[in-house]
Amino acid sequence: MSDSRRNFLIKSFGASGAAWLTANWPAQVAAAEKAQAMGNFTYFTREQAADVDAIAAQVYPSDSTPGAKEAQVIYFIDLALVTFAQDKQDIYAKGLADLSTKTGGKRFASLSSADQIALLTSIEKTPFFRTVRDHTIMGMFAAPQHGGNYKKMGWAQIGFDDSLNFRAPFGAYDKA
Amino acid sequence: MKKFNPSEEVDFVVIGSGAAGGVMAKQLAVAGFSVVVMEQGSWGAYGHEQDYTKDELSNRFPTEQDMLISDPKKQRNTFRRNANEKAMPGTHSYGCVVGGGTITYGASSWRHLPYEFNEASTFGTMAGTGIADWPVSYDEIEPYYTQAEWEIGISGPNIKTPLIAPMSKPYPCQPLPLKSSGALMMKAAAKLNLTVTPNVAAIITEPYNGRSACINCGMCSGYGCQVKARSSSAVALLPIAVATGNCEIRVNSYVREITVDASGRATGVTYFDKANNNREVFQKAKCVVLSANGTETPRLLLLSKSNRFQQGLANSSGIVGKYLMSGNAGGASGLFSDPLNEYKGCVTGAAVLSYVPNDVKGRGWYGGGRMTARGQMSPIQYGLAGPHGAPSWGAGYKKALIEQANRRLTMVNFISQLPVETNTVDLDPEVKDAWGLPAMRITSTSHENDFKAMQFFIDKSAEILKAAGAHEVWMDQISDSRGGAHARGTCRMGDNPKSSVVNKYHRAHDVPNLFVVDGSSFVTGGRNHPTMTISALAYRCADHLVKAAKTGNVTI
Repeated sequence: MSDSRRNFLIKSFGASGAAWLTANWPAQVAAAEKAQAMGNFTYFTREQAADVDAIAAQVYPSDSTPGAKEAQVIYFIDLALVTFAQDKQDIYAKGLADLSTKTGGKRFASLSSADQIALLTSIEKTPFFRTVRDHTIMGMFAAPQHGGNYKKMGWAQIGFDDSLNFRAPFGAYDKA
Repeated sequence: MKKFNPSEEVDFVVIGSGAAGGVMAKQLAVAGFSVVVMEQGSWGAYGHEQDYTKDELSNRFPTEQDMLISDPKKQRNTFRRNANEKAMPGTHSYGCVVGGGTITYGASSWRHLPYEFNEASTFGTMAGTGIADWPVSYDEIEPYYTQAEWEIGISGPNIKTPLIAPMSKPYPCQPLPLKSSGALMMKAAAKLNLTVTPNVAAIITEPYNGRSACINCGMCSGYGCQVKARSSSAVALLPIAVATGNCEIRVNSYVREITVDASGRATGVTYFDKANNNREVFQKAKCVVLSANGTETPRLLLLSKSNRFQQGLANSSGIVGKYLMSGNAGGASGLFSDPLNEYKGCVTGAAVLSYVPNDVKGRGWYGGGRMTARGQMSPIQYGLAGPHGAPSWGAGYKKALIEQANRRLTMVNFISQLPVETNTVDLDPEVKDAWGLPAMRITSTSHENDFKAMQFFIDKSAEILKAAGAHEVWMDQISDSRGGAHARGTCRMGDNPKSSVVNKYHRAHDVPNLFVVDGSSFVTGGRNHPTMTISALAYRCADHLVKAAKTGNVTI
């Protein structure tokens, strides 16, 4: 994610943005509020971004620890679709259109969480869902320079230290 | 670096710059011969290895310039289980950069045991297989293993056991850290009376020949090494060849044919020069060394058809491409209560050696395997694979992913695969590669014996993981090989020109100045860790070839 985007995001959360981003992760932060806060997408429209952000948030939810929303996976996916995953643009375009048909024109992001999960479960074998699932996970665990994994929060959750320089013992069982 | 004009006749063209090509180029150049190494891949970070990426995403989706392995969309290949099936698009790939597969490999560097060179006379043959003795004995090759280990830079334990080939000199470097996986194997070994040792690897653990010790970065297999600790041919061998002033490495040069004259001698190679719009260029040479790997080597011979060699070059026997062994796997995984942090350090900490020897009577099948314990998964890889026994997304996925992080261990086993004549590399009759040449077609189904072997190792893996203290264990399904790394056997060596492609010095029986040196020369597969034997064979071949070439006649 570019600095300007990150600054935009932090700015839009106000002076306490950084604190908000590192605090406990209230799941109740309204999707609408997030959508408003988001801007400057390279590939997605704001509405598409809000929907994909909502799907990502169901794939990797926020609970007592941060999820895809806080890790800013949406920026990873937006960037992916104009870089290494350019060939997946059609899958997203078609998938988002299909989703809109299924909701009778309602924005996916505006559905209740239970309705979102039910809908995603019904499409979980589709190329679209599988692609968003994989991209969400990549966005959680790829290096922050690619737009997601904000402040390495994905890595922190799975205990990955990116120092790239270690001395044995490495784990619990090889200690002398 | 010395540059040759393609119209200038050089002493040797070496096709491929990996484990075998690197040794051949270095030995020939040091002996004073002019050498052009043809590499279809790019430079990688040759000479500026600190620039190899450690970024998982970039490594997973490299730009064309940063590719380290071949791309099945370009180096297209097809796969089928048997000759009655139509081959479908395959996923076979191989190292494709200066240094070949040694740039990214896991670097296990086990010698074959003495009996792995004469399995037919030691244990007999079996119906439906091409088990045969090699024309080279362990005693003949032992000095070359030692030379390879010391010149390339190998780390390993100094343990005397019948489960490790006898060595005239210990390894130059101490073994890599055992890791938690290795420590757990030791624990299981004590309970089950197994022999477990630290792994043998082409990764140096102390400064060696001007290169740095491994810093256990963890982004190892699949990545280029930034500190030159992995002893790839691009850091251990090729720079020495280039420094002689006798050797040019010509990258982005994809050889499509080995050419011959009316008398049947090789005259050079024709290749596509990527830098010049894939223009075809002919490089003239007195002698050709083919080290393109166990799948591309037979393909290139089959592509090199001429009036004189209508079924492919060096193929009067009709067995070029046959007896493909690409290696069988199969194991089990387990979860442990405390973090192993296997993502740190190289891939393999320790190996279980107890099932390396044959025990046909005891086990009911022929062959053996070396077992390794690995938990190494980088973050994206781990997330995409997902936790065991959990949903693939949502709250349940996340919870299990976090709980199981760094606690998983997988037994990855290297199991013998018997040579079977109908397991082949040949040319697909329809599919073309990105250069318009017939694509590689792989046909392979393991011998029924090997399915028993795989099941044995799957069961044994579960037993070992339980003994090591895993609180949950799950077993792999049997999965027969489909190509990939470790391809061997497709230009087997032998004394009889009717049943082998090259003689004991790796010279093609049919072509007096063509040498085929790589995994394709193998007669039987060993326990599926081929690289050290490929290196040793190349040193031995080069030794004989240099002596012969100095007398002016390479026909040995």
